[in-house]
Amino acid sequence: MSGLNMDTVKAKNGINWLKYASPKTFYPLAGRLIPWFSAGAFLLIAYGLYLGLLVAPTDFQQGEGYRIIFVHVPAAWFSMFLYLLMAGYAVLGLVLNAKLSYMMAKAIAPTGAMFTLAALVTGSFWGKPMWGAWWVWDARLTSELILLFLYIGYFSLQSAIDDTNRADKASAILAIVGAINVPIIYFSVKWWNTLHQGASVSLTKAPAMAAIMLQGMLVMALGFWLYSVAVIFARVRCEILERDNKAALLRQEI
Amino acid sequence: MYWHSFQEFIAMGGYGFYVWSSFGITFLAMMIELWALKKRRQRIAKMSNEGTI
Repeated sequence: MSGLNMDTVKAKNGINWLKYASPKTFYPLAGRLIPWFSAGAFLLIAYGLYLGLLVAPTDFQQGEGYRIIFVHVPAAWFSMFLYLLMAGYAVLGLVLNAKLSYMMAKAIAPTGAMFTLAALVTGSFWGKPMWGAWWVWDARLTSELILLFLYIGYFSLQSAIDDTNRADKASAILAIVGAINVPIIYFSVKWWNTLHQGASVSLTKAPAMAAIMLQGMLVMALGFWLYSVAVIFARVRCEILERDNKAALLRQEI
Repeated sequence: MYWHSFQEFIAMGGYGFYVWSSFGITFLAMMIELWALKKRRQRIAKMSNEGTI
């Protein structure tokens, strides 16, 4: 562990947190946590669907079409949040030279890309009835499409470089540089005159939507978060096993 | 409960196609992700059983 004294960290916190930065200790811990996150995700998503589809009232402007918000907004939030998390782990990986951080970044990418695609497609299905077009080159939509390309670029770079260490470092740099796109997506509706509507939830203003609608959206978002954690942990476990045995795997492929 | 009948629920005030497609595609994407993860785990388990790794 470069630059960090394990003993001082242990003395300060009472618990040796760095212990969990090792793949060997993280593997069984993640395994024990996955069932809890999965169960929580299932219950929250089911409750979110119940609120969004069965309980929430209609929207006075968009009628029942607005209900797409219950999947679109949580998916869009996690497309951006997971990107920042991936970039954060990339920074940790480069700073600490910690293998598990790179594995986390790599494990986050597919889920982030999946939510980006879901946000784009559900947005299309919302845009068609409301704006009359499946797609417009508006700042919000364009920057979200760039986010999908950044995720794809990250995968491609990972798989293009054979040496694991070099692949981790190169893709970490791509992830970090691309993070600039996330605030652009988030503020695009403010900075430019977009067809896309403004933020659904703001920390500084009173909610513009009915309490039950907001509640349904937040429950769904929390469900997507627990789903993401469960899937990412499971993927990190695969990554740990595969890296431990990379030489053997390569031999088999040849 | 907001709806008065099942037909009304399915129709979504005329937006049924768009609403149900959106929900369907999102959950289908999640299912595909879970399926891919399952395949990956099976591949690792298979190789470990065969003693390749």
